[in-house]
Amino acid sequence: MTIDLSRRDFLKVSAGSAAALVVGLSPAGSLAAGPEGSVLNPFVHIDAEGVVTVILKHFEMGQGTSTGLTTLVAEELDADWATIKTAFAPSDNAKYKNLAFGVQGTGGSTAIANAYTQYRQAGAAARDLLVRAAAQTWQVDPATIQVDNGVLRAGSHSGHFGEFIDQAAQLTPSPEPALKPAEQFRLIGKLNLPRKDSRDKTDGSARFAMDVKLPGMLYAVILRSPRFGGILKDFDAGDAAAVAGFVTAKALPNGAGVAVYGKNTWAALKARQAIRADWDFAQAEQRSSAEMLAAHRSAADSPQYQARPETTDTVAPRVAVASRRIEAEFSFPFLAHAPMEPLVCVIEPTDNGVQIHDGCQFPAIAHGAVATVLQLSPEQVEINTLYAGGSFGRRATPTADYQVEAAQAFALLGGKIPLKLLWSREDDIQGGYYRPMALHRAAIGLDDQGQIVGWDHRVVAKSILKGTPFESAAVHEGLDHSVVEGLADTLYRLPNLAVGVSDFHTPVPVLWWRSVGHTHTGFVMESLLDMVAHETGRDPVELRLSLLDRGDKTQARLAGVIEAARDLAGWKPGQKRGFAVHYSFSTFVAVVADVSADGDQVHVDKLHMAVDCGVAVNPDVIRAQMEGGAGFGLGAILRNEITFQEGEVVQNNFPQYLPLRMPDMPEVAVHIVPSTLAPTGVGEPGVPPTGPAVANAIFAVTGRRVTELPLTKAGLRFV
Amino acid sequence: MEFQLNINGEQRTLEAEPGTPLLWVIRDTLELTGTKFGCGVAACGACTVHLNGTPVRACSTPIENAQEGELVTIEGLDDPVATAVQEAWREKDVVQCGYCQSGQIMSAVGLLRQTPAPTEAQIDSYMAGNVCRCATYVRVKDAIKLAAQKLEG
Ligand code: FES
Ligand code: FES
Repeated sequence: MTIDLSRRDFLKVSAGSAAALVVGLSPAGSLAAGPEGSVLNPFVHIDAEGVVTVILKHFEMGQGTSTGLTTLVAEELDADWATIKTAFAPSDNAKYKNLAFGVQGTGGSTAIANAYTQYRQAGAAARDLLVRAAAQTWQVDPATIQVDNGVLRAGSHSGHFGEFIDQAAQLTPSPEPALKPAEQFRLIGKLNLPRKDSRDKTDGSARFAMDVKLPGMLYAVILRSPRFGGILKDFDAGDAAAVAGFVTAKALPNGAGVAVYGKNTWAALKARQAIRADWDFAQAEQRSSAEMLAAHRSAADSPQYQARPETTDTVAPRVAVASRRIEAEFSFPFLAHAPMEPLVCVIEPTDNGVQIHDGCQFPAIAHGAVATVLQLSPEQVEINTLYAGGSFGRRATPTADYQVEAAQAFALLGGKIPLKLLWSREDDIQGGYYRPMALHRAAIGLDDQGQIVGWDHRVVAKSILKGTPFESAAVHEGLDHSVVEGLADTLYRLPNLAVGVSDFHTPVPVLWWRSVGHTHTGFVMESLLDMVAHETGRDPVELRLSLLDRGDKTQARLAGVIEAARDLAGWKPGQKRGFAVHYSFSTFVAVVADVSADGDQVHVDKLHMAVDCGVAVNPDVIRAQMEGGAGFGLGAILRNEITFQEGEVVQNNFPQYLPLRMPDMPEVAVHIVPSTLAPTGVGEPGVPPTGPAVANAIFAVTGRRVTELPLTKAGLRFV
Repeated sequence: MEFQLNINGEQRTLEAEPGTPLLWVIRDTLELTGTKFGCGVAACGACTVHLNGTPVRACSTPIENAQEGELVTIEGLDDPVATAVQEAWREKDVVQCGYCQSGQIMSAVGLLRQTPAPTEAQIDSYMAGNVCRCATYVRVKDAIKLAAQKLEG
């Protein structure tokens, strides 16, 4: 079973039980160990019964990180997989930072990559301490001690971990404990190691923030402006008084909406429907989707920024005089993340400040944002991280939007009453923080032999990162790199590639959405290469391989997954199938898609996926992320779009924002390319190549090239 | 208003407004939080519970409609079909975020009670009302087939 413990609870629970050994890092960042409470950021906790608990610095949204981090510790510690437990770490930047970000948070498919050595070292240090403690007790040479499934043995001696924690806590850990060579791995790379969160997620006992109920807790929902950027002028809650369980309604301090409070969820939801509000739309988005698309198109005419050394001005004339040209424009809609658990945050007063209960993806941001709203110092805010019911990026906003709403609504009642702030599905679909709408326009020049001689590529989208705390890291000279990732830095050797970029401006808030810019750049690049292959009569696989230089290690790995997917699917030139490959988050994924069509009716039958993510820590979790990433990407390209009618979002729940359902789901075969290189992420990289592989397959089977998403816009129906 | 519910084999008396969806009574009042809120409009299946053995969407079932029958939530599952389904789910490591999975399991149990050896098409159509945003569908289907095998053998 998985246990969720805040730091406060954790100390409380442990103080009541026998002593424990904790291993982690000292304030200076070196390995440290000692009894309960002595190590500032424990990663490993072992109690007197020998029960090992791994403290997770990353949250679990389904991506399998709780299993992954636990595998790393258990491997080096030789712990018993069946009984090892997990607990989410408290929010603390200094102690539990993501080494890739420098602050605490999960995203960008970085969890296993950044923690790979750190968590193994913590496990190895704990093992070394226990072995030395047992050697002292038994008066034997430490080298003669064997450790297996949480039990130490030497000759006739044997004992479980818990028997040695007191002595081990007195010892100093070795600064560089030896890590196992890969040949000795028992858990890393093991097929079908059961997930740690499987049992409690199949018997109803897994706890999500949505499930938190505290004594005296009230429930709140927010009535928001029907148009993004609208400001509350006034509201009338008179009719809400008739709703049983309605408590009160209050305007949020920033004019963003009305907080509606109820004694239970249903009362809050019903009362909100009875409230009428007046908005000032002077700064609000008032356009419809067609006007927004037109604005993207005109912005593509004259790019504001250049993402590569070659520029639009120098490349466009070369393409214009090429003997053959391929020209295409691709458009992508806004997309909602729609995690299965709608957003929710519970906040309660504590002796010292507040505690928030949240499936918290980015504690570093939520922590500070809540402290600011409540005028508390950071130490007065604690975060109890619970399971998150999906995220796909939505729970990590640079503004900590829903945690801030919770803090505001809590403060409006005087800051003494525990409060659950929740979003309905309608709030979620209509609430913004979308994958940005995007437009790509490309003109590719070919010579007489069909070789690419120039590539004029332009992208228009609203920047995700401008105006956020991440701007200084990810925006340079006006260019938000997340708009062109996977395109401007393509691994293909394309001569005279210029990538011009323009910003689209709108009050509609936008956000990273599982695989961020790659969601559109991958689709466009892989569709365009398919068009080049078709135009020049080449096999799409062979064309891609010809654009890679195997002397370069990264390009060689890309070529490797292309061949692996080709072989897995039994790809032969001339078959009516789709191919795509994409490199994102340091991971390589290639996909062969098989679709069948009967007129406009299309079904995606099977996806053959090859992935190279370095060492496969948990092969089954990797497979699951490929299946899930493919399904997530597929669902979006089939039918999903957020559209606007005079500034108002048209879709409001799953009946209009149609999610992928079981009959849509293709079979998925996954091949993991064997590797000894450092592990890289798998949560996002399955998404980008799936869409274009399917679109290319649709072209192969139906002759229709889809450049406007979702695919239903082309009149296709999916059955 | 006072209501009586028979839920997971217990008789419970509780206060609720007439017309309150069963979902909120189960979650907020009875604190059986394994049953989830996903859409509120019978479009995702996260709230699936059994009423007299048949899966229903608790978000769209007014409390009045449940007074006469026996309700079972994920916490109260206890029969050979349910055990086979839950074991199959664990063997296949179906879950990702897990939020939809109570509903998936409740539906799968309903399917196998009605159709012990479902075809692929029967699984697809019966399970089409249960959304999984993590797209665990490949494994949900595999687990249903495995559970059917377990029950047969
Ligand atoms: S919450 Fe009932 S079907 Fe979605
Ligand atoms: S497991 Fe996440 S929604 Fe199904």
